[in-house]
Amino acid sequence: MESLVPLFRMEGISKRYGGVRALQQADLDVRAGRVHAILGENGAGKSTLIKIMSGVVAPDEGRMLLDGREVSFPDPAAAVAAGIVCIFQELSLIPDLSVADNIVASNPPGRFGLIDRKAQRRLAETALARAGGEDIHPMALVRDLPLSRRQIIEIARALTRTPRVLILDEATSALAAADVTRVFDVLKRLKAEGIALLYISHRMHEIAELADDCTVFRNGRRIATYEAGTKSDNEVVEMMIGREYSHVFPPKPAGPAATATPVLDVRNLCWAPRLNDISFSVRAGEVVGLGGLDGQGQRELLLALFGVLRGISGQVLIDGKPVSIGSPRAAKADAIGMALIPEDRKTEGLMLQMSVRDNLSFATLSELSHGVIIDRDAERDAVDEMIELLGIKTDGVSVPAGSLSGGNQQKLVIAKWLMRKPRIILLNDPTRGIDVGTKQEFYQLLRNLADAGAAIVLYSTDYDELIGCCDTVLVLYDGTVKRTLRGADITERALIRLALNIDNVAGDAQPNATVGA
Amino acid sequence: MTDWRFHLAQQRGTLTALGIFIAMFVFYVANHPAGFTANVVQTVANKGVLLALVAMAQTLVVLTSGIDLSVGMIFILCNCVASYVVSGSAVAATLGIAGVIALGALCGAINAMIVIFGRLQPIVTTIATGAVYFGIALWIRPFPGSSPEFNSDIADALTGKIFDVVPTSLVVLLGVVVLVWLPFQGSVIGRAVYAVGSSEQAAYMSGMPVRRAKFAAYVLGGMLAASGGLFLTFFTYSGEASLANGNTYTLYSIAAVVLGGVSLFGGRGSAIGAIFGALAFRAIGDLLFVFDVEPLWQPLFQGLVLLLAVSIGSARLFQVRNRLELFT
Repeated sequence: MESLVPLFRMEGISKRYGGVRALQQADLDVRAGRVHAILGENGAGKSTLIKIMSGVVAPDEGRMLLDGREVSFPDPAAAVAAGIVCIFQELSLIPDLSVADNIVASNPPGRFGLIDRKAQRRLAETALARAGGEDIHPMALVRDLPLSRRQIIEIARALTRTPRVLILDEATSALAAADVTRVFDVLKRLKAEGIALLYISHRMHEIAELADDCTVFRNGRRIATYEAGTKSDNEVVEMMIGREYSHVFPPKPAGPAATATPVLDVRNLCWAPRLNDISFSVRAGEVVGLGGLDGQGQRELLLALFGVLRGISGQVLIDGKPVSIGSPRAAKADAIGMALIPEDRKTEGLMLQMSVRDNLSFATLSELSHGVIIDRDAERDAVDEMIELLGIKTDGVSVPAGSLSGGNQQKLVIAKWLMRKPRIILLNDPTRGIDVGTKQEFYQLLRNLADAGAAIVLYSTDYDELIGCCDTVLVLYDGTVKRTLRGADITERALIRLALNIDNVAGDAQPNATVGA
Repeated sequence: MTDWRFHLAQQRGTLTALGIFIAMFVFYVANHPAGFTANVVQTVANKGVLLALVAMAQTLVVLTSGIDLSVGMIFILCNCVASYVVSGSAVAATLGIAGVIALGALCGAINAMIVIFGRLQPIVTTIATGAVYFGIALWIRPFPGSSPEFNSDIADALTGKIFDVVPTSLVVLLGVVVLVWLPFQGSVIGRAVYAVGSSEQAAYMSGMPVRRAKFAAYVLGGMLAASGGLFLTFFTYSGEASLANGNTYTLYSIAAVVLGGVSLFGGRGSAIGAIFGALAFRAIGDLLFVFDVEPLWQPLFQGLVLLLAVSIGSARLFQVRNRLELFT
């Protein structure tokens, strides 16, 4: 399906936002029947590039050609009409509408402006089946579904728009490995049908599996375009971050003595029906990972520990003493010293319209004030220290948190909790949608915190992260601990097999083949 | 099939409102000295329909996650204009009715233009336009009254009873639901109204007609408020620029919408729920007359019952086990 004229071409595209050059003289060729991966750190210009392609923002200069003819898109609808369909990183589903309503949102079937609900239902079911979401009920409300299901709906929706160029912006970042495999099968089929795919992801192994061509962006410029497989991972990452790429994960120390009293000891924790009889312990200096497919109770487990859930049974011991944590306020109190870094930084982690300083000092205000008066000097010192420690890139502490890039927002969430010097740190998939450079800093920070004596529980959908960061990994399946892996037993194969609950199948079966079937 | 569960979940707010209305109505009729007669029903219907129409108007704007504080003033303005133009021959009066509805659409369109293109918050916009609409009403009708040729035949026909049993106003209301609301809800624009209220950004990104949806919501809202104004004229044979009345209808329409299970955050609910909410709210107010309590107690009593009724809607919060859900 390769042709000489690219299906879609961008020439000399530039875009500025205020004083920031988001894109400078960028070129890109997208060919039918091929997957073109776009790589780059957050802030490299990838998002701007696809926003221009899909008609969300207009370029300052440069031109776009579709089938060799110049085109411009005044709004997203025009781009969709031309066959350029984008699945955005910020999900664009409407929470109060049903799955079927959402799938046909841009172009519902019907006549005279009235929607034919039966035809809509058929369309939605077909699209869901094509996208591997047969288990999703078309009448369910989107707000009631977890992120991974929503992502499948996004893909189903894109398919109903008969795309010629399909753009996936971090489309798998909310998905667990099994879902990713299903999505990949769909994408490969679309590629065989002659659709051009533009794929943006921070997960290197996904790009290796899927891409035919790759283009690397850095600081708004195109650095290189090459055929997939012709460059090593290290070369690629160096191009992306513009400096030498050393080890991603810091080395793990020997770990604390097994006899030390655990800081956090969980016994027979239940929250029917989502959590069943969960027991584990974390010592000071230890990083315990939570693995498994998305939605197997990991999030609930963290919320349960943090006092958000009602009706929990079982025992939680802090420093060997039984405690009852009734609210996040109790969890963060000094006696327990717990912090939860949430998954959705936009709704649970930050108040985006408030300043960087206010966001940082919120969790610590009681320490920073005398009575009801906030000590501005102490606040400033504490905030500056955190910004320095985590290397947060911001135009001062008075700008709104929402103006920071995704990676820096996430650092801000972490910094906010570190200001309290927590002893127990719970993290809920903290590196989702964060670029390689920031991830690396984050892993080092995590290890430093552990070395300084923190007990850490890390839930991640990225298996590399669990392998690289954790001393122990609990694999959850349907609300129970499937198995606890330690040290050298934490391998990708073991994690995938346990996550899929196929540990008793014969030894050499390829997990991917099993999932794709 | 589990479809019915989803249908039920979608209609929960409307059904709750229906339940509250039935409870209130039964209680009212059971204690009414005259009992369940056509005349009692007609009185309840005629009062209820006014608020029901205004509440439907409010629903449309609330669905877009806005709020319309001018709705009562459009209602009053149309009442005053109708007292002039619904006059003369049947043809002339019918044209007058069409003109009043068009005036309501114009008022809604002005609100919409300011909200959409001026990017002002609906609450601020409609406080200002509401004052303007009331000002015009006061200007054209400084004292209560009506045109000497006021066509009371049309008024009587629309406020009477069909076959001496069914109140005509209820039939008109049903007609509005079947011919206006249901098609609107099932249309592309109607769905976009829900989408805009649920998440305007996502609706825009989904390529939905965001501006047209908002425009349609305000304009249709204006037309429904105008219909309410017309009915007020039919009942009273006159127009009156009453500030108290305008404010009352605005506030009651919000109460009716909330009782009717429409989310003030937008994107959820139905105008049918708001109708039941309006009828229930009226029934609550009338209970006092049945019990022959002094009218002074009415606001207090009505407020308490409203508080109780909306609390039923939050009873589900006691079942929430994940506290994060309390905030969504």
